[in-house]
Amino acid sequence: MARVAVTGAGTINALGHNVAETFAAFRNGVCGIKPLQFRDVDRLSIKIGGQVGNYDEAEHFNRQQISLYDRFTQFTLLAAREAVAQSGLTFSGDLSVQAGAILGTAAGGMNTWDDNYRDVYEGGKNRVHPFVVPKLMNNAAVSHLSMEHNLKGPTFTVSTACASSNHAMGLAFQMIRSGACKAMLTGGSEAMLTFGGIKAWEGLRVMSKDACRPFSANRNGMVQGEGAGVFVFEDWDHATARGAEILAEVVGFAMTSDASDIVMPSKQGAARAISGALRDAELAPEDVQYINAHGTGTAANDKTECAAVADVFGAQADSVMISSTKSMHGHLIGGTGAVEFLACLMALRDGVIAPTIGYEAPDAECALDVVPNVARDAKVTATLSNAFAFGGLNAVLALKAA
Amino acid sequence: MSVKDQVITILAEQALLDVSDVTLESTLDDLSIDSMGVVETIFVIEETFDVAVPFNANDPSASSFDISSVAAIVAAVEGLVAEKG
Repeated sequence: MARVAVTGAGTINALGHNVAETFAAFRNGVCGIKPLQFRDVDRLSIKIGGQVGNYDEAEHFNRQQISLYDRFTQFTLLAAREAVAQSGLTFSGDLSVQAGAILGTAAGGMNTWDDNYRDVYEGGKNRVHPFVVPKLMNNAAVSHLSMEHNLKGPTFTVSTACASSNHAMGLAFQMIRSGACKAMLTGGSEAMLTFGGIKAWEGLRVMSKDACRPFSANRNGMVQGEGAGVFVFEDWDHATARGAEILAEVVGFAMTSDASDIVMPSKQGAARAISGALRDAELAPEDVQYINAHGTGTAANDKTECAAVADVFGAQADSVMISSTKSMHGHLIGGTGAVEFLACLMALRDGVIAPTIGYEAPDAECALDVVPNVARDAKVTATLSNAFAFGGLNAVLALKAA
Repeated sequence: MSVKDQVITILAEQALLDVSDVTLESTLDDLSIDSMGVVETIFVIEETFDVAVPFNANDPSASSFDISSVAAIVAAVEGLVAEKG
């Protein structure tokens, strides 16, 4: 089986428009969650989110592109440009047909749906722009990505709610490990911060009105974010042969289904995914120093996740660090695993653990080392990244230092 | 602005050209307006003149709306506007 190197990383999210800005925010425990700014926000009961700030689409794309690129596609392309530039790869000739892209998104072109539903339902218009469908479809981002970088191999989108990006990256990992591809662009994107997007989430009554405080006893729900993370996964020998800088190695992946409830998480399902990723990576619990938690800040997720980690790690659970960066960038839903993957890269490369900010009071049901509020220096050789989706679909990745 | 001038403005905008570069003899090929561009142009014409353009992207040549040149498009739009009354 081929080994899988990460040779490029890119992002745009509430903490920054690139990886360096995001790492700086992680190190400094910066909160990117702020009052939401978009039309009709006053009619929402939830008015905060991790919105991408200082963003002008016209700085990055021409008018024709904007007419085709929903915000989630724009975020994808910007993150991918950064990742591909870092990798130094050019997709031409043989590499072009041996490279593809797998991305996650839950809602795809939500802004396009929202704007056009407004026009036809509220505005009474009987005609919509001809590009509505190619703009909103969930695979729009990955298709434009393949066009921009000439990726002619396996290319598709997966949509498994909050686990979308982890499923996408896990499949990209398998695609290279199996020898089917030499390089894959992978990660995910979400741009659901619209009136309709937030209004839908309000209905579930799981959103916080003031902050995302994962693992804290006084946590009161999740906060949505937006953005994208895209990575270059590359066949290890291909990467070393060209002298590429390797950011980390992806060593394991497991996915499970709870097969029990459409919204409530299951300790068993999560634990099977965590232990499955360790087994796939041939790692023992004591080999792992850091877990990037799913850590949504809801009552149900955080205690279930901690219980699952405790089950799998046993006595080692007390020494592993586990943090949720959703406290800083919000929950990017289908894009969240991709931005959180960055926290694993930072831990492995820079030896800095991103903190769980907003932590105010210990919860006996979340009695792990959640790296509260302040980043921590630590030598890290292996990490896990958890994602547990609505619908009971779990996906966990394992990484090692290069 | 006349229908002709409005149509030329729409086409110039779509082709990212100066209005003076769009002549009545130009074809959409000359203007490098591709099939997606045609559909978008027709949308803008419908929005601008509040008309319904009989155009099927599956088989443009079978449509009664003639897009063979700028002059043909202008004439077709003038017809639609006149029908509207």
